[in-house]
Amino acid sequence: MPLLIWQVLFFVVPLGFMFVMSFWLVKDYRMTPAFALDNWLKILTWGIFWRAYGYTLALATAAMALASLFAFPASYTLAFKASDAARRWALFFLIIPFFTSYLVRVYAWQVVLAGNGIISAILGFVGLGPLSLLNTPIGTLVGYLTLTFPLVLILQTISLSSIDKNLIEAAHNLGCGPLRTIFAVIIPAAKVGLIVAALFCFILSFGDFVSPYYLGGSKPPTLSIMIIDSTKSGQQWPRAAVIAVMMIISLLTVAFASVTAAYRRRG
Amino acid sequence: MKTVMKPSRRDILKIGVAGGALAMPFVNRSWAATTELNMLAWYGHGEPDVVAEFEQANNVKFKPKYYAGGDNMLALIAQSPPGTYDVVLSDAEFVQQLNQAGYIDELNPADYPFDDFLYDDWKKFPGHWKDGKLFSVMVRCGHLGVSYNTTAISAEEAKSYKCFWKPEIKGKLGHFDWHLPTLGQLSLYNGNASPFDINGGAWDKVKATAKTLRPQVGGFFDYGGTFNGLKNGEMLAMAGIGDWITGVLERDGAKVASVVPKEGGIQWTESWSIGKGSKNAALAKKFIQYMLSAQGQVHSARMAAYPAFAVTKAGRKALNDKDPKEAQRTGQVDGAANDPVTLLKEGRIHYRDIPKQQSLEVWNDFWSEYKGA
Repeated sequence: MPLLIWQVLFFVVPLGFMFVMSFWLVKDYRMTPAFALDNWLKILTWGIFWRAYGYTLALATAAMALASLFAFPASYTLAFKASDAARRWALFFLIIPFFTSYLVRVYAWQVVLAGNGIISAILGFVGLGPLSLLNTPIGTLVGYLTLTFPLVLILQTISLSSIDKNLIEAAHNLGCGPLRTIFAVIIPAAKVGLIVAALFCFILSFGDFVSPYYLGGSKPPTLSIMIIDSTKSGQQWPRAAVIAVMMIISLLTVAFASVTAAYRRRG
Repeated sequence: MKTVMKPSRRDILKIGVAGGALAMPFVNRSWAATTELNMLAWYGHGEPDVVAEFEQANNVKFKPKYYAGGDNMLALIAQSPPGTYDVVLSDAEFVQQLNQAGYIDELNPADYPFDDFLYDDWKKFPGHWKDGKLFSVMVRCGHLGVSYNTTAISAEEAKSYKCFWKPEIKGKLGHFDWHLPTLGQLSLYNGNASPFDINGGAWDKVKATAKTLRPQVGGFFDYGGTFNGLKNGEMLAMAGIGDWITGVLERDGAKVASVVPKEGGIQWTESWSIGKGSKNAALAKKFIQYMLSAQGQVHSARMAAYPAFAVTKAGRKALNDKDPKEAQRTGQVDGAANDPVTLLKEGRIHYRDIPKQQSLEVWNDFWSEYKGA
């Protein structure tokens, strides 16, 4: 019951208000209650919105794929090769980044990714630079991974650690090589955790404002930047609400599809 | 027999009253209620380098609420009950809207040193007066032009907005993320004498010009991003800004500068008003008077957050006395070639304004398209 009240108060009511607000109008910088479809028509027929939508979707998908791929070898090692103590320490160190402000970490990346930064200097040293990664989609991706990678790694490690080791031994006894064991036994057994980790990465990246703004240079804008722009210029909170509702619908669709895939039994 | 002195209840009361009276001067000092003045302004105006002296002299404590952009300012004031803000700093082009919506109080012109203003136009700044009544007083201004890294663009090249298209700075041109300054500059580049008062055809040409500039753009930034982009050399030129950003960097020794190009520059103007319903209107007036005094003008001109020009003769003189280097650097010396007053008289400076023949929304929407292109 308390959980239900909590959800209604802090999720359903604000969400409902935002949806209602998407039909309001702005007059003289003030929101005026109304039931007008103007904002929906404006946004849904606006090429810029769909371009930003596609770009945001592509970046979040790329972040999800990269985080899942890069994290897997590490989480595999932690789950199956590391001692219990080493795993505990590793998980502790993975939590530490969350103690610091994400914005501060992103600002730190500016120094690293800039044309006169460390990466550019290294690339220059091997004859590939100077190369600035700041204000590029790669910069945005680096920011997304800064935000999500530790979380994906933690979730993957927990998920892999809970696999029944007998299954792996059985696979080995039956002649499975290491790669086949991973694809035929480990990944299917840890499927739910792996998908949930990827889903979290997608959700956080899809809605992030900091990285595309400070590492991507708003070029081109993502949906979260469009929301900021709408509220900043002309106080178009109702239009921002339309964009936010579209984002929520997209995230709910992805989450629903992911959870369905995670719990689907193999035929 | 030993007499024990036992104070009566009356004695205790007497001692209490006497003690209280003795302590009054100290109590008074802490109680002499420090008045809180609510300020709505761009960042920097409520910081100690600007207001500390006034606060100390008048037993006032400023409670600033900072905004970023005129739209944001209007929204904040629209969403607050009357009387929330005692003093309101506004970009001049938004004063009219503040007044129209009834957010600011009428001022008495006799309270302010208009006779001492450096330039006649500034006394009757557009939008600050309505039907002969004064609603806002200009307090500082600055120029928007070509801001550039002096190692990448020569002073000669910076004399025209054309340098923004220089192939060597492709991907290194930054934009301050606000449509009015940049689109106004492009309008000037296209030869429009009144950059914000253009017809449909001229507006289409501004959009076309902007599209040719888009491949040069390395990013769209807020104040911090603009500042960092120029500082770390990530951006070699910036459209839509001026000395209000490069001046701060220049003071730190960065190789950046801002100039008014031959096509003309844009003047940003900031003005103080008293918020409608202010309970501290007298003190608010005193603060505006202070900001227009020689002392206040010097603080304003040398503001740590972003420098500006003094608008009064006394202010300029005081700046030259106090900080001749800064006065020289910014051209605030009578007769200097880049003296803001000289530039105005030469017709090279245009006041930043809101679009006259298109709605603000049209410009806004194009800016979004431009960013997403």
